[in-house]
Amino acid sequence: MIDDGKPIFVQIAEMVEDSIVDGSLPEGSQAPSTNELAAFHRINPATAAKGVNMLVDKGVLLKRRGVGMFVAEGARDVLLTERRTAFADRFIGPLLAEADKLGLTAADVAALIRSRAGEDISGTDERTAR
Amino acid sequence: MTVVIETRGLGKTYRETVALADVTLSLEKDTIYGLLGRNGAGKSTLMSIITAQNFASTGDVRVFGENPYENAAVLGRMCFVRESQKYPDDFKPSQAFAAARMFFPNWDQGLADDLVKAFLLPMNRRIKKLSRGQLSAVGVIIGLAARAEITFFDEPYLGLDAVARQIFYDRLLEDYAEHPRTIVLSSHLIDEVANLLEHVIVLDQGRVLIDASADDLRGRAVTVVGDASAVSGFTSGREVLHTESLGRVTSATVLGTIDAAERDRLTAAGLDIAPVSLQQLVVRLTQKEEVR
Repeated sequence: MIDDGKPIFVQIAEMVEDSIVDGSLPEGSQAPSTNELAAFHRINPATAAKGVNMLVDKGVLLKRRGVGMFVAEGARDVLLTERRTAFADRFIGPLLAEADKLGLTAADVAALIRSRAGEDISGTDERTAR
Repeated sequence: MTVVIETRGLGKTYRETVALADVTLSLEKDTIYGLLGRNGAGKSTLMSIITAQNFASTGDVRVFGENPYENAAVLGRMCFVRESQKYPDDFKPSQAFAAARMFFPNWDQGLADDLVKAFLLPMNRRIKKLSRGQLSAVGVIIGLAARAEITFFDEPYLGLDAVARQIFYDRLLEDYAEHPRTIVLSSHLIDEVANLLEHVIVLDQGRVLIDASADDLRGRAVTVVGDASAVSGFTSGREVLHTESLGRVTSATVLGTIDAAERDRLTAAGLDIAPVSLQQLVVRLTQKEEVR
């Protein structure tokens, strides 16, 4: 779960963000505490706190003194916009690099994506039809 | 941050052997430190000098701003769990805990009882009849339940199986979260403890090789794998810690970080980039020193 490539506090922040993006941590709900994150991921509490503070600085989490951390209203939209912007860099770039190695053009890749998406849809249709 | 331990130019020489040389460190309050290095690097010597169980040949130690030697006020705030901790011959664990309870003002009997159950420690067997793992458990329980403001664990895991070690790490984190304090953990099982550490000190042949935050150390080195000529193109002008070759493929570990642009360039050249774990970094750096 924790890998060596990135600072752990960044990974902790991203994992909390993932839960907000996929809806398992809804806006307004209480976020896990620093100590809960530390115990769950078996990391130093100071590292977990650094990840949480990153999200507080970003406005994704709100600190309510004496009560805990809460997901800010509008946090999901902010994160979605950010993730969509990063999508091309994170996924399309490496995809095209690998395609180039294999002698596939961007058009080939686009056709592959279209047919794969189409297949999946028709596959679901067949299953529901039965 | 408050500094709790300070050493300046600390040195220890046994006849011709230099155990420590010019060790200057400051350790902060409420932080978990990893004290790493090979056997004979000086880790135990350093911890025994800080806890006034050994004398420095040169230099100076301050704990809570005071000299720890014969200083009961300072010593009662520190706990040193040695790898080969000795107990009086006829002692049972219950008696060792009773003695620790008298010595450590923050002793938590509830926590000690809890840990005895977790480690399945037989309380009424004589300590010298215990297995190596059970003996280590006695030390671990004292170190945790003492809740001393500064606690040293010197390879506390000897003989503990994987389950018991995980219990130790989990209990350490849990209790540290509730009762923050300064913990110095000396270990050879670096991969197991890496994520617990906030700051890392590496000793090598008695000297401080690394004194840095754990976050800084991740990403201090990188391994690049791929076609030999492409890899050597990348490594030229960089400090190479280690290389290995298999046919046309070379794997090189170099110091330094790689930015996003360079990462793209390397990936485009067909090279794989792999992170270097704390354990690998320490192994590579301490090996390198030896070769010199």
